[in-house]
Amino acid sequence: MVREELFSNIKKAIVEGDKPRAQELARQAIRSGVDLNEVIDKGYVPGIQAVGELWEKGDYFLPELITSAECMKAAMDILQPEMAKANIKSRSLGKVVIGTVEGDIHDIGKNLVASMLQANGFEVFDLGADVKLERFIEKAETEKADLICLSALLTTTMLNQKRLIEMLRQKGFYGKYKVLVGGAPATRKWAEDIGAHGYAENAALAVKAAKAATAK
Amino acid sequence: MIQTRRPKVELLSAEFIEKIVDEACLLLEKQGIFVENHEALELLAAAGMKVDRLTQRVHLTRRLVESCLSKTPSVIKLYDRSGLKEYVVGGDEIHFDPGSAAVSILDHKTNADRKADTGDLIRLYRLVETLENIDLQSTALISADVPHAIADAYRLYLGLLYSARPFITGTFRVEGFAVMRDMLTAVRGSSDELRKKPLAVFDACPSPPLKWSNLTAQSLIDAARAGQPSELISMGLTGATSLVTLAGTLVQHVAENLCGMVICQLAKPGAPVIFGGSPASFDMRKGTTPMGAMETMMIDSAYAQIAKRLGMPTHTYMGMSDSKINDSQAGLETGMGAVLAALSGINVISGPGMLNFESTQSLEKLVIDDEICGMARRLVRGIEQRDEILALDKFEELTAGAQFLSLAHTRKWYRKEHRFPKIIDRDTYEAWVLLGQKSMEVRAAEEVEKRLAAPAGAPLEANKAGELRKIMMGYAKVMGVSSLPESGI
Repeated sequence: MVREELFSNIKKAIVEGDKPRAQELARQAIRSGVDLNEVIDKGYVPGIQAVGELWEKGDYFLPELITSAECMKAAMDILQPEMAKANIKSRSLGKVVIGTVEGDIHDIGKNLVASMLQANGFEVFDLGADVKLERFIEKAETEKADLICLSALLTTTMLNQKRLIEMLRQKGFYGKYKVLVGGAPATRKWAEDIGAHGYAENAALAVKAAKAATAK
Repeated sequence: MIQTRRPKVELLSAEFIEKIVDEACLLLEKQGIFVENHEALELLAAAGMKVDRLTQRVHLTRRLVESCLSKTPSVIKLYDRSGLKEYVVGGDEIHFDPGSAAVSILDHKTNADRKADTGDLIRLYRLVETLENIDLQSTALISADVPHAIADAYRLYLGLLYSARPFITGTFRVEGFAVMRDMLTAVRGSSDELRKKPLAVFDACPSPPLKWSNLTAQSLIDAARAGQPSELISMGLTGATSLVTLAGTLVQHVAENLCGMVICQLAKPGAPVIFGGSPASFDMRKGTTPMGAMETMMIDSAYAQIAKRLGMPTHTYMGMSDSKINDSQAGLETGMGAVLAALSGINVISGPGMLNFESTQSLEKLVIDDEICGMARRLVRGIEQRDEILALDKFEELTAGAQFLSLAHTRKWYRKEHRFPKIIDRDTYEAWVLLGQKSMEVRAAEEVEKRLAAPAGAPLEANKAGELRKIMMGYAKVMGVSSLPESGI
């Protein structure tokens, strides 16, 4: 009963974007000795999923989406060291290397996608903006990533999404890492033309695309 | 005669303007601003500003801002290719120009976007030459049939070949400026003449919040030294790259533009600078930047009012739409924007022809928007007193049997008091049916073809055109491009 109440409070804190409360509940969960994976699965994850649903319904807008994602991150930052200490393996949907391609300094869209992926259980390595293409591959190699997510806000820099996929092919890494592309000028057709494994037009859909790309 | 009142919209009180400017100056002084350009930082340091070379952050004092403001001309004159016709940029004068740097064109035949090529740019320039209410040109399309490395210079090159009007343009890379300046100089005859009679305005956009990139700061310095006006295009996105409140965004906008103005004045005291912008009310649902939003237009109108108070010429991106095709949304957003911009007395209004968040240019829309701009211009001419006695004496004639339609007074004034649209539909229903029940868009497409079929204006003198080609080819070769599509046209 107490556990159920904790889970529902956590979900509420995430849905309401109440960061201090989400953090406090994480500490409370640690003190109470509940299985932390269960806390995540039954409290935090349902919270961020509910946020996604509210977004899809049109009730939530970007400020709510991003605030809840930040709450998730703040809570995970408290839970994960504790889980590591206790040798509890935290579940991850996959490892993602993300960044805005070289020549492009726009990072709002990329930040949103990174936050949403992280909030939904992906392990995210954000390389920032204006990232050299080689860096994406290097990072994916060292982290044994599942996904590379490329953002571009300009039609000119969008070509670098194509170049990265060509580089992967040259190195024989095509398919080893699934590539998702996004950004204002990108379209589903563009993604298909260049051989990307997925495309999403917004941050909420990016989570679905990432889940689809990492499934099986 | 009673002096005509120019209709005017002012969104801010004097007190509010003062508060915004005060905070903007404090922001520059306390927070500072990033300037990622070595030369600009040196200029600012030489002016006694606190510069952190490691972080490239500089703190500007209000004193410097004010002293630079006092050197900035409040009125700028642009001149057409012949150097004879002048365009006053200042006061409440308004000039419309077709948006800027669209990455695609709306193809009338398919009603879908596609990449533009050299032929599209030439058609665009030639069409704008024929529009009477859109009186400035802008390098409003990017030609996808040349490599991006030379695309900035190439669009101006085509513009100077096919148009006689002054241009609103800008650089895509630092190297672009020199070649563009050389082309302008070739058309003008000498760099002194070019300085005396500016032919092009260079847009330079700070990156919100509070940052001038290497490219844009260099453009400010280069343009100032070449005597060509810079247009400062601050563009906060409410709640995404600036504060969500309109007033909060205005503070950042003013701060960024003031810093740009300071860089220009330090590079060359007295340099022509235009206070412009392209902010937007960021859409919290779609993550897009709607230019047709009323809040976007309100920020535009307000910063222009502030710029006037600061004594600077003004620019904005208004009179455009986020719609993807020439539908009702395109008309309503463009119409509201153009009218509000005109009522705000904004000197350079970039927008006509543009759709899809400044990304798409449409020739049909340009023709439609020319009507809108004509109406907006008519509005700001206001209601004039034409006669000593307004009506009384005319009624005496009427009593004696005269008709309104045949009054000498009617003949004398009707063309001055009223404008006659070209493609706005004013037919009776029956006449409209007989003419084929055409929509505005269809009429616009026909008008585009009609105008493009008419003989073009006088071409650029052959020797100057030859020189332009030589400059463009030289630059293309340096950038690794061996031939230009234009040479085949």
